[in-house]
Amino acid sequence: MGRSSTVKETQALFQSLRSAYAATPNNLKIIDVFVGFAVLTAIIQVVYMAVVGSFPFNSFLSGVLSCIGTAVLAVCLRIQVNKDNKEFKDVAPERAFADFILCNLVLHLVIMNFMG
Amino acid sequence: MASPESAVNGPTMTAGAASKSLRNAFGGVIAFIILVLIGVLAFSIRLFSVIKYESVIHEFDPYFNYRVTQFLSKNGIYDFWNWFDDRTWYPLGRVIGGTVYPGLTLTAGTIWKVVNSLNIPLSVETVCVFTAPIFSAFASWAAYLLTKEVKGPGAGLTAAALLAMVPSYISRSVAGSYDNEAVAIFALVFTFYLYIKTLNTGSLFYATLNALAYFYMVCSWGGYTFIINLIPMHVLLCIVTGRYSSRLYIAYAPLVVLGTLLASLVPVVGFNAVLTSEHFASFLVFIIIHVVALAYYIKGILSPKMFKVAVTLVVSAGLAVCCAVIAILIAVVASSPTKGWSGRSLTLLDPTYASKYIPIIASVSEHQPPTWPSYFMDINVLAFLVPAGIIACFMPLTDSSSFVILYIVTSVYFSGVMVRLMLVLAPAACILSGIALSEAFNVLTRSIKFQLPGIAGNPSIAVRMWCIMSTSKENGSSTVVAPNDIPKTEEAAKEKPAKKNRKKEKENVEKKPTPSKTEKRLLVLPLEASVIAVLLLVLLGAFYVVHCVWAAAEAYSAPSIVLTSHSNDGGLHVFDDFREAYSWLSHNTDVDDKVASWWDYGYQTTAMANRTVLVDNNTWNNTHIATVGTAMSSPEKQAWEIFHSLDVKYVLVVFGGVVGYPSDDINKFLWMVRIGGGVFPHIKEPDYLRDGQYRIDAQATPTMLNCLMYKLSYFRFVETDGKGFDRVRRTEIGKKHFKLTHFEEVFTTHHWMVRIYKLKPQRNRIRGKTKKSKSSRSVSSKRDVRGKRNPWH
Repeated sequence: MGRSSTVKETQALFQSLRSAYAATPNNLKIIDVFVGFAVLTAIIQVVYMAVVGSFPFNSFLSGVLSCIGTAVLAVCLRIQVNKDNKEFKDVAPERAFADFILCNLVLHLVIMNFMG
Repeated sequence: MASPESAVNGPTMTAGAASKSLRNAFGGVIAFIILVLIGVLAFSIRLFSVIKYESVIHEFDPYFNYRVTQFLSKNGIYDFWNWFDDRTWYPLGRVIGGTVYPGLTLTAGTIWKVVNSLNIPLSVETVCVFTAPIFSAFASWAAYLLTKEVKGPGAGLTAAALLAMVPSYISRSVAGSYDNEAVAIFALVFTFYLYIKTLNTGSLFYATLNALAYFYMVCSWGGYTFIINLIPMHVLLCIVTGRYSSRLYIAYAPLVVLGTLLASLVPVVGFNAVLTSEHFASFLVFIIIHVVALAYYIKGILSPKMFKVAVTLVVSAGLAVCCAVIAILIAVVASSPTKGWSGRSLTLLDPTYASKYIPIIASVSEHQPPTWPSYFMDINVLAFLVPAGIIACFMPLTDSSSFVILYIVTSVYFSGVMVRLMLVLAPAACILSGIALSEAFNVLTRSIKFQLPGIAGNPSIAVRMWCIMSTSKENGSSTVVAPNDIPKTEEAAKEKPAKKNRKKEKENVEKKPTPSKTEKRLLVLPLEASVIAVLLLVLLGAFYVVHCVWAAAEAYSAPSIVLTSHSNDGGLHVFDDFREAYSWLSHNTDVDDKVASWWDYGYQTTAMANRTVLVDNNTWNNTHIATVGTAMSSPEKQAWEIFHSLDVKYVLVVFGGVVGYPSDDINKFLWMVRIGGGVFPHIKEPDYLRDGQYRIDAQATPTMLNCLMYKLSYFRFVETDGKGFDRVRRTEIGKKHFKLTHFEEVFTTHHWMVRIYKLKPQRNRIRGKTKKSKSSRSVSSKRDVRGKRNPWH
């Protein structure tokens, strides 16, 4: 009986999570999809490395870190663009996006150099 | 609370605001002028060595950096990255492109190129000599920026002024000390400033700059591991104390990803950036901060009851996954013998590690723990201002002040392990002392202003000291604030405390529970005491300045390639023996001749004499150094065989017995024995000691009196004064009259400080077959008797 209540609780939990998440604005959802895509690409690369071996290591490292880097930067963009965040009220979303672009530029420049 | 007075104050307000902005601008100009003067001070206090001696590169390591910069300026950057140096570590060679931290040489090379393209003909040597003072000026400015972010511009200026002069930093950055720390300390402070700035503003732009500054630090110094461990520690501290915010995430997460990538770009770090234990802390905290961020996000969108359910679910499921991951990680780390840490990092964590396992690291004098007097010598007055600064950081405790506290605590621990790391302590001490002094001056000058009798004539100053609440609620019963000052409280109410030291005053005043005249007085010190305290603080600063200038002039400006002493009639006697010896070598030997000496002199020999050496200060190959050490500890014949097998033509020893130079090879000889004995067991240290004491007089052991180092140092020494009295060891030497059978002396410098010997060529004929068989039989019988085999026979 304890188990069924736990199952019911988890179902209620997922329901509330889904409903709460559905309330987020669309632009944030787009960023979330992008983050999910980046993480998925990173996982695919890790699985590939586990199958094929890690030579050349710098290519693997640059590939995985570029995915994780874009994910992290997208999360930072989401934090700054989110209207519910009171700390970033006075940061224009254009400014946040410009910072995001700049950081991505530096990241990908390094990646291109490191990939070999 | 300001609204009742606002109607009254329309016309006076604009005048007040204008004067306030004028005062702000004036303050800004003064701050700028002070900063420029601090830069000039930092540059000029380091010029004592150039004035007293000459514009020359000091010590040992800077000569290597100078040689690399010469190569870079002559051959360009592609040849520099691919440079394989065959003039050192003969016959192994050294891959310079992959084993050197390129930041310093690239910086100086760029400066040289830019300056020469502007048609200012500075030589590479001049640029190298003056790089350190220039970057110390930059480091002071970076300290100003960092402390301004933590406490305010007043504290920033004080910290910058202290850092410009602190003796510990001067010791490694005088003009001529062309070493990694010259640019690395600037990079360190600047990286910390950008991290704090990102933490305070939450801007991704500063996060990018932070990663780039970290990249410059990785290029410059091996001490970058301090940054990549301190920042995760601080993030963890913030999370644990409940100070997690999204700015923390923006400050940390991009730094880890970009920083790791940029660190792997530097060839000397390479894949160590992801594989060694020094970096694991950053990855661990990276995962932790993501978990925490996710937890906060879910907490934000769920109701509290649902959140509790989520927590129990996650805790039960996640715990199992966590344990599995940690088990795998521990297995991977434990499989390597040093648990993934490098030898140098292990000596920092366990101070006794080096003396047990790596005698080379233990033998370097700057790796010894410091004594208490060296703290007072190196950071002087700051040593007791730092605790005051720590307390000032707690009032109030912000993210940035907690970072500074963590920085000082860790750097104090590391400076206690190695003298050399006092250098990392110096900026932290300056920042905290700057904060302490600035706060003290704030309180004292506020007390003085508060109680000066003529203050009513200057109402706008008086206004800023008062809290709005107190003056609005209380009616002018205080004698200091005149009634016509009350309208002026408008500006105090309306002004946003932009400068943090103004905010400090407002906070102090706001802490008062009820505004009453007597309670205001409690926060203020008596007038006479404040005046005297201000004077005493200025006197303290004067003592600090005097000590710093003295330390810079007398203690830390010696180039150690040129020695001086004062003769009886006050004249200066100069010992230029090292350069004499190296120039003799470069003029009287072939370009391809190999020179053997102890590793201290390797860099100088390759840079100044331009000859191939066996071992140098990089000390990357312990066995090769042990080979040279064994040769120096063996009798002449065996030493000759070792050197002959390595194609050595000349042997160089440094001897200080004639002039009393204490850092000569006989004083370092026991380290040669220990390092040699660590690899070749037939060299045993007790053989060279009589009753546990190291002696070279008549009581010395026969092994000591017959070893190569003794013979090469004291050959013909008795001819100098007839008795063979060694001024450093203060005894007469044991064996006075002897001849060298396998070496011949080719050069001794003017003060007998450097002595160069040549290996005698092998004899063409062995005289008599019987002698040879007899000697081989005696050798074989000796071999049976001795337990340990000498691999050189």
